[in-house]
Amino acid sequence: MNALRRHRALTAIWGSAPGWRGSIASVNHSDIGRRFILAAFAFFAIGGVLAMMIRAQLATPGSAFVGPDIYNQLFTMHGSIMMFLFAIPMFEGLALYLLPKLLGSRDMAFPRLSAYGWWCYLFGGSILIASLALGVAPDGGWFMYTPLSSRAYSPGVNADVWLLGVTFVEISAIAAAVEITVSILKLRAPGMRLDRMPLFAWYLLITALMMIVAFPPLILGSILLEVERAFDWPFFDPARGGSPLLWQHLFWLFGHPEVYIIFLPAAGVVSTVLPVMARTRILGYGWIVAALLAMAFLSFGLWVHHMFATGIPHMALGFFSAASALVAIPTALQVFAWIGTLWNGRPELKLPMLYLLGFFLTFVIGGLTGVMLAMVPFNWQAHDTHFVVAHLHYVLVGGFIFPMLAGAYYWLPHFTGRARAASLGKAAFWLIFLGFNFTFFLMHLTGLLGMRRRVHTYPEEMGWAWLNLLSSIGSFVMAFGFALFAIDVALQIFWSRRSRRNPWNAGTLEWAIPIPTPVYNIASLPHVQDREPLATDPALAVKLARGEGYLAVPRHGWRETMAVETTTGAVDHVVVLPGNTRLPIITAAVTGSFFLCLLFGFYWLALVPLAGVVVLAWRWAWVLGSREDFGPLPIGQGQAALTHREAVGAPGWWGSVFLLVADGTLLASLLFGYAFLWVVAPNWPPPARIEGGLLLGLMASAATLAGMWLQRRSLAAACAGRLISARHTATAAAAAQAVSIVALMSLGITALPGPETHAYAAAGWALLIYAALHAAIALLCSAFVSARLASGHVSGTRLLEPSIARLFSDYSGAATLIVLVCVLAPAMAP
Amino acid sequence: MLHVLRVAMPALVTVGCSGPLSTLDTAGPAARDVAILWWAMLAGAGVLTLLVVLLLALAFVHRARDGQTGVSLWLGWLGVAMPGAVLLVLLGSALVLGEQMIARPAPGVIVVEATGHQWFWEFRQPGASGAITTRDVLHIPAGRPIHVRLAAADVIHGFWVPRLAGKMDAIPGHVNVLRIQAAQPGVFEGQCAEFCGLEHAAHRFRVIAHDEAGWAAFQRGEAP
Repeated sequence: MNALRRHRALTAIWGSAPGWRGSIASVNHSDIGRRFILAAFAFFAIGGVLAMMIRAQLATPGSAFVGPDIYNQLFTMHGSIMMFLFAIPMFEGLALYLLPKLLGSRDMAFPRLSAYGWWCYLFGGSILIASLALGVAPDGGWFMYTPLSSRAYSPGVNADVWLLGVTFVEISAIAAAVEITVSILKLRAPGMRLDRMPLFAWYLLITALMMIVAFPPLILGSILLEVERAFDWPFFDPARGGSPLLWQHLFWLFGHPEVYIIFLPAAGVVSTVLPVMARTRILGYGWIVAALLAMAFLSFGLWVHHMFATGIPHMALGFFSAASALVAIPTALQVFAWIGTLWNGRPELKLPMLYLLGFFLTFVIGGLTGVMLAMVPFNWQAHDTHFVVAHLHYVLVGGFIFPMLAGAYYWLPHFTGRARAASLGKAAFWLIFLGFNFTFFLMHLTGLLGMRRRVHTYPEEMGWAWLNLLSSIGSFVMAFGFALFAIDVALQIFWSRRSRRNPWNAGTLEWAIPIPTPVYNIASLPHVQDREPLATDPALAVKLARGEGYLAVPRHGWRETMAVETTTGAVDHVVVLPGNTRLPIITAAVTGSFFLCLLFGFYWLALVPLAGVVVLAWRWAWVLGSREDFGPLPIGQGQAALTHREAVGAPGWWGSVFLLVADGTLLASLLFGYAFLWVVAPNWPPPARIEGGLLLGLMASAATLAGMWLQRRSLAAACAGRLISARHTATAAAAAQAVSIVALMSLGITALPGPETHAYAAAGWALLIYAALHAAIALLCSAFVSARLASGHVSGTRLLEPSIARLFSDYSGAATLIVLVCVLAPAMAP
Repeated sequence: MLHVLRVAMPALVTVGCSGPLSTLDTAGPAARDVAILWWAMLAGAGVLTLLVVLLLALAFVHRARDGQTGVSLWLGWLGVAMPGAVLLVLLGSALVLGEQMIARPAPGVIVVEATGHQWFWEFRQPGASGAITTRDVLHIPAGRPIHVRLAAADVIHGFWVPRLAGKMDAIPGHVNVLRIQAAQPGVFEGQCAEFCGLEHAAHRFRVIAHDEAGWAAFQRGEAP
């Protein structure tokens, strides 16, 4: 098979149909990645227009451009859009587009999941933007503090739009996090050990792991607040044993790691682009990986620095202050690693390098003001002033936008296949850089002179008028810069001449691919022996196109790529990925109608799309798999490997593990809330505690343990080839879970006080519902396995589905037992 | 260093740092200490920024050595040891400073109840004959520490008089205590620091620090 015939065969397998029908069904990571990036940039433009309106309003004292009602919507939406609809999706898009190419793979581990995440993001983001157009946008700040965002003080639909819209969008964040993690751990080119991965993959891996742990507290907080608003369960109402501080803890438990989740991918871009610009390799690869781990760890121990003024004891604040300051060390380490890299190389002032220099100056200043703000006494003065506005823009624009712009110019030839033409990029840089510093450098002083955040106007005699006017002028200069950037990119896409492959002489695998990229990425997968495979073997691209790597021969119309052992990079198995389908867009639309039902208060009607999601999820899993065994298949290089359906530790299994880690974090956050209310909230102890229910509790425990045991037995029986016995056991496991659900709900109805009476009862009910929901998921898994055994998809060698079902039933069992102990403990107490 | 700053501060204030809400134009011990911390941190941050800019500039004129040299210099010393040492000193001083500023019970302290509402402040304190309640104006004696017990009637508010001390939130269901003190008699502007809804911008108040005679008159219930 020659290169051209291979190209045609692979394109037929991996491509999508022309026209919009093909587009909505595409699950290709390059398509989805590009869409994420374009949509994120569009949302960035919308958020930017809102910022312009904010600056127009603040340009002069006593301005009547907009009133406080509109202004509150403007700053709330500016923050929410930039955080949830721009920064995170932009990084997700870049990761989806680049990761498989960097890792020498043909796609991400769960292509349909990335498509589903994309549609959820698009639909959820559209709901938020529509609310802005209709004038009912969220107006309680992007942090949504209770009780201001509770029903009593925000009676309109505005707060619901935020809670439901953002939660809908967060589905895509969790999906991306799980997918990125599994793709990096499993779907690499053979030979790529963990310590041979490009640094960018390390950055993305750690970011994704952080997302898996950071987003659940926000999702939980949003659910609890929406339940309080909709059904009057008083989680945050101090009159009934709730606490406004619980919301703040849950929000910042997410909110601070979020900042590093935004920064780390951008830092990964710096670590990738900067050595290429300096024609050398990065200094201290191992040190940087260690610094990333330290940062990820520390970033979960400093959320309270957003709450220094909430009356937490000073010594406790000291701990969080120290953690906030210490996170500067791994950051400084990276900064000096980058500077050291420049010293070791021969840096050239090409356009990406210019943006990187902008990043250095801006980010270092933002980091230093961050250390200042981590000092408790200074924070008491600067908190909630424009000093913080200046700081966070230095960190986020400096730490995210400048590196991303550098990355944009670096990878644009890859995206478009064209070289850069005009020199508009340089002008854009200077407008953005100067405009930015003009706007925000002065704002430090504005804040120190006492200007608060989130005020729609200010009196003239405070002495801030000239500072605000200059900031507003600077912001418009910056806006022109971004417009110029957009024009420059458009010129390059539509008019520029073709670029040669690897225009920067980079060493990483994405440049071994022809540009613009073919739908299948690489004709054959390399065997990686170096961190920069192209640097050691410049002819690699040609060899791969000639089919001198793995999986060079397409077969059965399968979308094949390689999975490796996580640490050693040795060949593990062949992954057969699902092809194009409309399931993702349909499932996202049904999910969206669930959220819309909640938004409009049609709570009973919401059960219809919920049932729809269950049916579609069943279908989602059902269309995969195979009824026959293939055994070891040749993969080229004289080697053979099993397909993932017959192998142990397939991506689906790993994905389930990480999904359950996120789920476990959600449960841990809920338990934290239960304990926090108990210890800190006012109006405790509750008027009525749980009474009795021990018998029902024991029944639920017995049923869930039986479900666990039976699902394990079913897996063992299938493994031994006793398929009929396995099927009956799986059916019995599903029945046991049904008993567990009934017992859990009866326990709540008979023993717990009504959830609207007190936060104690509300938290108890939330725990029981969590357990029942997971019993229902375990039930569906067991029923699915039973059906798959009946249909012949599961055999003694094809055990992926029962082993995933076992994971979910084990998790459900453990969660139910923990929940029961916590709910029943007050009944035991004297 | 700190002594120099204490002397130099009035000069710095006159070059554009004054204002009725300026944290740098201080009128009380807590605000003064924080302003000194700020100027010290600003100086340190300036030096570090210059260092980074200088090292970056030199990278472009520097004669390149090939390979991976200077790991211990760049990463060990500049990346870990230098920031570690700076942060240790800074954290220690900030912790000591914060300990001095927190509102511990002490003899002679005047206690005031402050309640944040949408959108006004209500202050309540003992007078010569029963409690005195004021709205949007807090009367205190100059030169004495005041403990403000903060509560909120509806949503979260923030009590902040920038020239006297840092801010503290007033949270429904919780009571926080903030210590403020004015060095001299005068009128000091205060404002709600935590976003509290539609009229947040207008949610402001005033602190009047009296001399001895004025304070005695206020406590007798006479209009000062």
